Amino acid sequence: MNAALEISTGEAVLFWVLAPLMVAGALSLLFAKRPVHIAVSIAGVMIGLAVMYIMLEAPFLGVAQIVVYTGAVMMLFLFVIMLAGVDSSESLVETIKGQRGIAVVGLLGLLILVITVLTRASLPPAVGLAQANADTNPVGVARLIFGDYIFAFELTAALLITAALGALVLSHRRRLSPKVGQAELAEAKLAAYGKGGSAEGVTPPAGPGVYARHNSADMPALDAAGNPIDDSVVTVLRVRGQEAETADLDADRVARIATGAPMVPELDGAERADRAELDEQAETTKENEE
Amino acid sequence: MNTNLAPILARSTGAADFSNDTIWVSVIKAVAILLFLLLSVLFALWFERRIIARFQQRLGPNVRGPFGLVQSIPDALKLILKEDITVKAADKVIYLIAPVISVFCAFMIYAVIPFGPMVELPGGFTTPLQLTDTPVSILYILGITGLGVYGIVLGGWSSGSSYPLLGAVRSTAQIISYELGMSLALVSVLLVAGSMSTSEIVNSQENLWWAFALLPAFVVYLISAFGEVNRLPFDLPEAEGELVAGYQTEYSSMKFAWFYLAEYINMLNVAAVATTVFMGGWRAPWPLVTLFGEGVDQGWWGLLWFILKIWLFMFLFVWVRATLLRFRYDQFMAFGWKVLIPVALVWLGLVAAFQGVRHFTSFDPTAIDVGGLSLRTVLFGIAGILIVVTIVMYLIPDRGKKPAVEGAGAKVPEPADEPFDAFAGGYPVPPLPGQKLPPSTRRARVTTPAAPAEDETTDEEKTDG
Repeated sequence: MNAALEISTGEAVLFWVLAPLMVAGALSLLFAKRPVHIAVSIAGVMIGLAVMYIMLEAPFLGVAQIVVYTGAVMMLFLFVIMLAGVDSSESLVETIKGQRGIAVVGLLGLLILVITVLTRASLPPAVGLAQANADTNPVGVARLIFGDYIFAFELTAALLITAALGALVLSHRRRLSPKVGQAELAEAKLAAYGKGGSAEGVTPPAGPGVYARHNSADMPALDAAGNPIDDSVVTVLRVRGQEAETADLDADRVARIATGAPMVPELDGAERADRAELDEQAETTKENEE
Repeated sequence: MNTNLAPILARSTGAADFSNDTIWVSVIKAVAILLFLLLSVLFALWFERRIIARFQQRLGPNVRGPFGLVQSIPDALKLILKEDITVKAADKVIYLIAPVISVFCAFMIYAVIPFGPMVELPGGFTTPLQLTDTPVSILYILGITGLGVYGIVLGGWSSGSSYPLLGAVRSTAQIISYELGMSLALVSVLLVAGSMSTSEIVNSQENLWWAFALLPAFVVYLISAFGEVNRLPFDLPEAEGELVAGYQTEYSSMKFAWFYLAEYINMLNVAAVATTVFMGGWRAPWPLVTLFGEGVDQGWWGLLWFILKIWLFMFLFVWVRATLLRFRYDQFMAFGWKVLIPVALVWLGLVAAFQGVRHFTSFDPTAIDVGGLSLRTVLFGIAGILIVVTIVMYLIPDRGKKPAVEGAGAKVPEPADEPFDAFAGGYPVPPLPGQKLPPSTRRARVTTPAAPAEDETTDEEKTDG
């Protein structure tokens, strides 16, 4: 808050470090291919700008810049760009005829203006920073906004709210059918199933494998009657013909499960044979795969 | 206009005084904060695993070091020493900077958090236990939190894979919506504290913590804090059951460790902000001040209270994680937009009206006398009575149980008279209220082949049922 406003070394260093970075970030608008890279660079430029504001003793403006522009506006841009597709790049088609020519003329005009101001204008020494920041910077800003510029502030607020409401109204569509919730959907699925429809959606599809016997992805699950469920093996394996043959694999076991009798851990002769056959099958499939 | 604004400022008690700090003091403080955060994260890993284990009736890590305390160090080392994979489809530059953004933003919040009051170091040097403070500290915290989202969003996008992208999209929507509720809750504190500087907010809580005076704002802040740090019940960006690991799916080794670090530091961040803004910061809990005098509210004691309060919130995070289930995404968004934000907004309006009446008219609501007692005493009395009544009502058992499902729109099934039909709608259904499930035919078959003695059967039936 020095009255004479000398530029300290720290300030100069910060400026000359930040300024080239910001210019490079801004140039990405012209040269970067991917929209996300542009969005990130612009976010970087905005942060640089915020640091500049803070350096110029306007911390409120600097932080508001980050909260509003980087945190909200740019984030929404990024959000949309991201959803537009990872690999989408900018279209370089000229939509308005003579767009480029006009842009070049505009740029030249701007350059001339900036150079003229920088070289010819003599600005008076800046005064009043200490006075403006006397009761901390946010209080100074608040006095201006809610005192001298209250009318402009309220008008802007009204404009923004109107815009937000307008967006809501324009994007609002009236529902043609009642909303289907989770409970209604489940009920509808079960009712369809009860009328003889498919069980799909009522129960999840069976996964492959026979519990505790053969767990690999090529082994179809068995239904309650001991028949293999083909859908439980992924399509790729079935198409390649790599699905394991189960034939009448565990008919005996399945029958016993159906009776509800407790399972006996030891294997009898037939089962041992089954298992050997299974292992053999597994090995041959493995070899086939290799 | 200027004269009207003056009374609000008259309340401010002055920010911490950093005039003694040189650049070297600031560097030392910054390094100390960095160390504090890194050690706290290591401790938090152990803390969370132990507490979760307790909730699940097991012990948790208890082998390496006293109480298993150093378990986090080999875990962290393991993570760093793993192979660093960069997926082929990734956008290399952004893939690399995303975790860096996350972790940098996480570290930056503690710069404005006061750890304690002015302390005297050996050698007579006095300095506040805080790296720095600005008149816009709270806004700074919100801004940095907003920047932290970039890490998650860019990480999810640059992985070039669908689950991370979905996680990133969810995370953006989540953090932006919950930041609104959070900001509104914080603004009501700013209104009553009359400042955005963290040290001044702590100073303004000398007599009364804002958590009590502004309870609705505190509750809204706490809930949004869970959304903000992506933790259960709001961990939708990394919901394991749906999105593998959300935006972190394609990250490994050091880069994953950075995301992980950022996540835990963010927990410490919201805990610190809640402590500073609502729980009196480094101020001692008032029963202790009454018991032991003003001494416990000064100097290095502040550091102790501050850290204790942070870990109170950390415990809350773990407790909630161990207790609650994940929300469904649409329910979660509806809750944020249709409950939290309106509540915070209405509360903010009330607080603003109260403050307006206090400062811009000669009528001071806090000075009302009700039968010789001040309004504050009366309000606290009413609150106390209400709390007692609530506790008593909890203790009185309900006379005549009401049906479990209540409220408009909910269907309360009528007790059915007809016998139970297991395939009522053409598909298997459970019995309605009033109907009895017939005994299982299968159970009879299980028990009959063994043909045990009569008394044993009944025993078995009991345990089976």
